[in-house]
Amino acid sequence: MATRFVLEGLRAAIDGKEILKGIDLEIKGGEIHAIMGPNGTGKSTLASAIMGHPKYEVTDGAAQLDGEDVLEMAVDERARAGLFLAMQYPSEIAGVTNSDFLRSAINARRGEGNEISLIKFIRQMEGKMKELEMNTEFAHRYLNEGFSGGEKKRNEILQMMMLDPKIVILDEIDSGLDIDALKVVAAGVNAMRSEERGFLIITHYQRLLNYITPDFVHVMMQGRIVKSGGPELAQRLEAEGYDWVKEELGIVDETVGQA
Amino acid sequence: MSTQLSIPISREAVEKQSRANGEPEWLTALRAEAAGLSETLALPKPEKTRIDRWNLGALGTYKPSEAAASPDSLPEDIRALVPSGTSANLLVQRNSGVVYSHLADELKAKGVIYTDLETAAREHGDLVKSHLFTAIAKDEDKLAAIHAALWNGGVFIYVPKNVEVDIPLQALLFQDDAEATFAPHILIVADTHSSVTYVDHVISGQAGRTAPAVHSGAVEIIVKAGAKVRFASIHNMADNVVDLSTRRAIIGNDASVEWIIGDLHDGNTLSDTKSVLKGNGSTSDAKVISVGTHSQNMSLTTQAVHFGLSSDSNMVTRAVMRDEASAIINGITKIEKGATKANGVQTERVLMLSPKARGDANPILLIDEDDVTAGHAASVGQVNPEQIHYLMSRGIRRAEAERLIINGFLAPVVSEIPIEAVREQLQRLLEGKLGS
Ligand SMILES: Nc1ncnc2c1ncn2[C@@H]1O[C@H](COP(=O)(O)OP(=O)(O)O)[C@@H](O)[C@H]1O
Ligand SMILES: [Mg+2]
Repeated sequence: MATRFVLEGLRAAIDGKEILKGIDLEIKGGEIHAIMGPNGTGKSTLASAIMGHPKYEVTDGAAQLDGEDVLEMAVDERARAGLFLAMQYPSEIAGVTNSDFLRSAINARRGEGNEISLIKFIRQMEGKMKELEMNTEFAHRYLNEGFSGGEKKRNEILQMMMLDPKIVILDEIDSGLDIDALKVVAAGVNAMRSEERGFLIITHYQRLLNYITPDFVHVMMQGRIVKSGGPELAQRLEAEGYDWVKEELGIVDETVGQA
Repeated sequence: MSTQLSIPISREAVEKQSRANGEPEWLTALRAEAAGLSETLALPKPEKTRIDRWNLGALGTYKPSEAAASPDSLPEDIRALVPSGTSANLLVQRNSGVVYSHLADELKAKGVIYTDLETAAREHGDLVKSHLFTAIAKDEDKLAAIHAALWNGGVFIYVPKNVEVDIPLQALLFQDDAEATFAPHILIVADTHSSVTYVDHVISGQAGRTAPAVHSGAVEIIVKAGAKVRFASIHNMADNVVDLSTRRAIIGNDASVEWIIGDLHDGNTLSDTKSVLKGNGSTSDAKVISVGTHSQNMSLTTQAVHFGLSSDSNMVTRAVMRDEASAIINGITKIEKGATKANGVQTERVLMLSPKARGDANPILLIDEDDVTAGHAASVGQVNPEQIHYLMSRGIRRAEAERLIINGFLAPVVSEIPIEAVREQLQRLLEGKLGS
């Protein structure tokens, strides 16, 4: 079945304060969607709510992956169903090596009795690490501990590559990356493009979109998608900033929290 | 309200037992003196731990066990713990006496002694007499005096000058009769420029798991100039056994000691491990791992006392507390006046897995010299929910995510343990205590 991820009227609150005010979005396999918007407009909240972060309470709306209700699932079930979120701020976990972590994640999907062989796992991991120009020494480092910003981002992409999800959400994967790293990460994402996989790329710069061409671009303000278009929308935002969107829509403060 | 703790030790009975065992007169006198002291001395008062409420009286009576011709004739649950390989240098204490000991001929030929302490007192009287109760004072407190009066079985290791023992000397110390006094005393003397590794496992046999009991254990390590001793010990007895374990090392010039302690006991625990860095250039490294479960109370202390110039100590304790378990973790680094260029560091970390668990980390630095370096770090915390979320967001189930984080918390210490067999044994016991 072709991948289809649908959000309908999704509303979410944090500490009782509503941040997402009704998000409608449909991502099909093979499509790349970009969500752009200034800081504080609810982009990360959208990503976290989809993944099921316990601090974010979904108050209304629906989220379905291939017809299944995602909101009914626990976080780990969502992941095994095929959702993947490369986080803006990945956790650091001392004492747990990157490779032990990755192997647990892969085996959680494969199920008991069907664990990946160590040799196959290492071969796969080292192959992907080379693609991402990561030193294989990072396999034995503790998860994200002491990684630079850029190393953490590469490590998120490594996980994406190893876990082979259906819907990939990248939250500001480009922040903190220099241009060379950006190209490597973009190449990693492009290598994963397929008809079975959909992408939601969150960014507030157009920069990344020079390397990963989106099919759809959405602008987020005040916890809503206020404007959608094709790749040309991203280019206009890069050239002219967000003021024209605000003017067009009569928005004074684009962040969430007033009103 | 505090009733005087009645601990039934009679001087006469102690003397009688010592004579019956054919012990030398000096030892009978030492035991008798200690028995007298035990009546008047006070119990130690570890920080925030009411050991006077523990069942310290269940000391039992002296019950030697029949010698075993080979480890194969030990009870089945204990046999499983016997290290594989017939060439193992192994000693087994069951209840009040040692039932088996074996040392490779090649080590015997080099003058190495590895036998129970009762036998050593008879056969190597001068060596034992000049070191026994020199690292631990028998009048330190009531518990030390009781141990000095009652100790039994035990281990004596002597490594002559310049002899390096490459294979670990191993011991299994177990109790399967709660009515028997279980009080092994371990005395290790490493002569100048020698080296040795000793590994033991202190456990209850299935049969010993019914009635309350006390393990009164003591370890003395004398490390002479340039010598190296590595000591590893894993404790895991039944929950109605009180574990009283005092460990002391006296470290000479350029000598070193390494402690690896797995406090995985299921009952109340008083564990105190101390290095006295007498020598210039002496070093001590202590690693303590603990898991507390149910309602057990633990007082875990590591200490380093620096006298030597440029002496160096490092102490790390990591404890995971579940259920209603409580751990008071003390680290004391003391640098005496004149110990210039000494360096002492310590870290205590507690991870709490339940809202009813209690953990306390008390790092103490006592420094009487200016030209030194010292440092400490301590933390008590819970599993970080962001970390759990991160792991789960990759498809890992909650229980597995917790397991990874807890093992990760202990890993920096466990992975540093230099003896593979000990590391594996510890790992197995950790999974047992964390998984049940
Ligand atoms: N953990 C949080 N606690 C409290 N408020 C939050 C939290 N996360 C987000 N918010 C609020 O939600 C709004 C949107 O934040 P976010 O989704 O991170 O925006 P973006 O990713 O677009 O920069 C912010 O204005 C912030 O006040
Ligand atoms: Mg954000």
